[in-house]
Amino acid sequence: MFHWLEKRPFFFAVAVFVVIAFAGLIEILPNFAQASQPVVGTKPYSTLELAGRHVYIKNSCNACHSQLIRPFKSETDRYGHYSLSGEYAYDRPFLWGSKRTGPDLMRVGNYRTTDWHENHMKDPAAVVPGSIMPAYGWMFKNTADIDTAYAEQLTVQKVFAVPYNKEIPLADGSKATVALADSLEGAHASALEEAKVIAADMKDQDVKDAVAAGTIPEIVALIAYLNSLK
Amino acid sequence: MENRPLEYDYTVAKMFMLTTVLLGIVGMLVGVILAWELAFPAVNTIAGQGVAEYTNFSRLRPLHTDAVIFGFTVSGVFATWYYVGQRVLKVSMAESKFLMALGKLHFALYLLVVVAVVGSLLLGITTSKEYAEFEWPIDIAIVVVWVIWGLQIFGLIGIRREKSLYISVWYYIATFLGIAMLYLFNNMEIPTYFASGGIGAWYHSVSMYSGTNDALVQWWYGHNAVAFGFTVPIVAMIYYFLPKESGQAVYSYKLSLLAFWGLMFVYLWAGGHHLLFSTVPDWMQTMGSVFSVVLILPSWGSAINMLLTMKGEWQQVAASPLIKFMILASTFYMFSTLEGPIQAIKSVNALAHFTDWIVGHVHDGVLGWVAFMIMASLFHMAPRVFKREIYSKSLMNTQFWIQTLGVVLYFTSMWIAGITQGMMWRAHDEFGNLAYSFIDTVTVLHPYYTIRAVGGTLYLVGMFLFAYNMYKTMTSGRRVEESELQNASPMGA
Repeated sequence: MFHWLEKRPFFFAVAVFVVIAFAGLIEILPNFAQASQPVVGTKPYSTLELAGRHVYIKNSCNACHSQLIRPFKSETDRYGHYSLSGEYAYDRPFLWGSKRTGPDLMRVGNYRTTDWHENHMKDPAAVVPGSIMPAYGWMFKNTADIDTAYAEQLTVQKVFAVPYNKEIPLADGSKATVALADSLEGAHASALEEAKVIAADMKDQDVKDAVAAGTIPEIVALIAYLNSLK
Repeated sequence: MENRPLEYDYTVAKMFMLTTVLLGIVGMLVGVILAWELAFPAVNTIAGQGVAEYTNFSRLRPLHTDAVIFGFTVSGVFATWYYVGQRVLKVSMAESKFLMALGKLHFALYLLVVVAVVGSLLLGITTSKEYAEFEWPIDIAIVVVWVIWGLQIFGLIGIRREKSLYISVWYYIATFLGIAMLYLFNNMEIPTYFASGGIGAWYHSVSMYSGTNDALVQWWYGHNAVAFGFTVPIVAMIYYFLPKESGQAVYSYKLSLLAFWGLMFVYLWAGGHHLLFSTVPDWMQTMGSVFSVVLILPSWGSAINMLLTMKGEWQQVAASPLIKFMILASTFYMFSTLEGPIQAIKSVNALAHFTDWIVGHVHDGVLGWVAFMIMASLFHMAPRVFKREIYSKSLMNTQFWIQTLGVVLYFTSMWIAGITQGMMWRAHDEFGNLAYSFIDTVTVLHPYYTIRAVGGTLYLVGMFLFAYNMYKTMTSGRRVEESELQNASPMGA
């Protein structure tokens, strides 16, 4: 049989393809729809948070920081409740990472503040002596890309029915709504409102001035995203 | 005509040999910079604050992995295909104007993709998925480059004289099909610019899968990109080049059959071992773990087949640095394919995951197995492609020992670093509190990061020796006639 295949490249290629495709069909397809159901309390990202998530991705924060808490005592002691599948329902892409050169950030919003992040991103070793994390000074100067974040929100709302402008049940029984503006100007306005709240807690005068003048530095968006990780 | 050996045309092979050497140096140079940045964070801003954004660890890290995978390794795969393909199918590329033109287009488009990748990653344009960081315009270009390679493979097969496909061709076909399937499914993404009616960056896209599903598809891809990029085509190389260089027949045809079909079937299941203790369904994790251990069989099947091919001819290992490279590559393959399954056992993974031990594993595989085998292949090809003797045998020997020392320093330091960090993360004191804060587990790694950086630097030095030796072979090696070429490659002092 193998001698026969080795003389027939077409059938050989088909045989190889069937053998390698098999595992994917069995392992990936079942549970595919089920695994992306949000748990109670999971909200989609606001425009500013999503822009911050893009800053996180742009700088490959996921190269050193995971967002996946494994169900071990040492991990839940350090980072909080272990991760649940539904908590990632609105994460496109997922940002679990594969290496913890720095600590996990899945629930960093529970125990770090805007002020802490500002100081830390400017000079990590000043906040955590011995840290090998580099400084991210350019985030204080570069402007966050609100347009692209808004475009992504529109896309996921349209294509994946992500529930913007809809009531989302929270764990305590109340409801919340994540608003999505109906125009790009509206998206900029709402992102700026959020940014002002963050900037009020910051010390950097250039950042404060920028936000007051209507532009949002990357660091403000990033902090909005990090604060949303709970 | 019948009795005269065919004249093969190595034009395209030479082009890809060039990028193999160049992108190998680029990828490993970036790796060495990263290693020093981890040991001494001041290196992050060594080129000044103004360009810190582009010399920073996090910006360079995807560039390192992608340059080594898609630059160095894939170039090596293409270069060897354009050499091996013709020879085992007994047909010259010069016989088909179409294949020849397509081959040159293949190289030109490949270069274009390389430039686009380097530029976009430095600017931070990335999807964040490991080894699949490229945004959709580059993805489309990559698919085109890959399809052209497929046309080359099946085009050459279509006009072949030798009817039976040699083992190496099986592996090249599998590489083509495997990567095509994996790459397409993992990069399913929607361009937001078009979906939103023209808002934002035109190149931005959003993944078709979310959260746990995205992770599942990504590691099905990520693990098997290793399979079909770092294992399958490299096995193709060793099945051709080791018997050729040593003049020995492959030890067992049956073993090669078992190893090939076994590898094809088993490898794809093992991706789940990247997701142990995650939110992926438990049975998938267990499947990933179990099949990873089963994977030892086909992996060792190939490796043992190669080692036994040298039966009775072991004096060649001492005599020829080229055989040394291949035997060490094969040995590192066995080592790495034993280490991987050990790390995939759930209880070991609980300790090893997220630590530097994984980084060490990747590097003993890539530096010890992949890179050694690719360099050995290029060394064997050089006298036949350039019709010149390899410039210096002693330089090859020096390179071999410097790089071997580099790999050993690399993986031993990363073992210690990984296990130290894993143990410290989980340590509790007698009251049940965490014994160490996270930063304690970082600062303790400094000596190991330094040793690793030294190991990486040694390996890079070896790469420069390799490049120099290849360059001198091309330009000033002694000319050799086709008739002089026996099995063992001719080498100058």
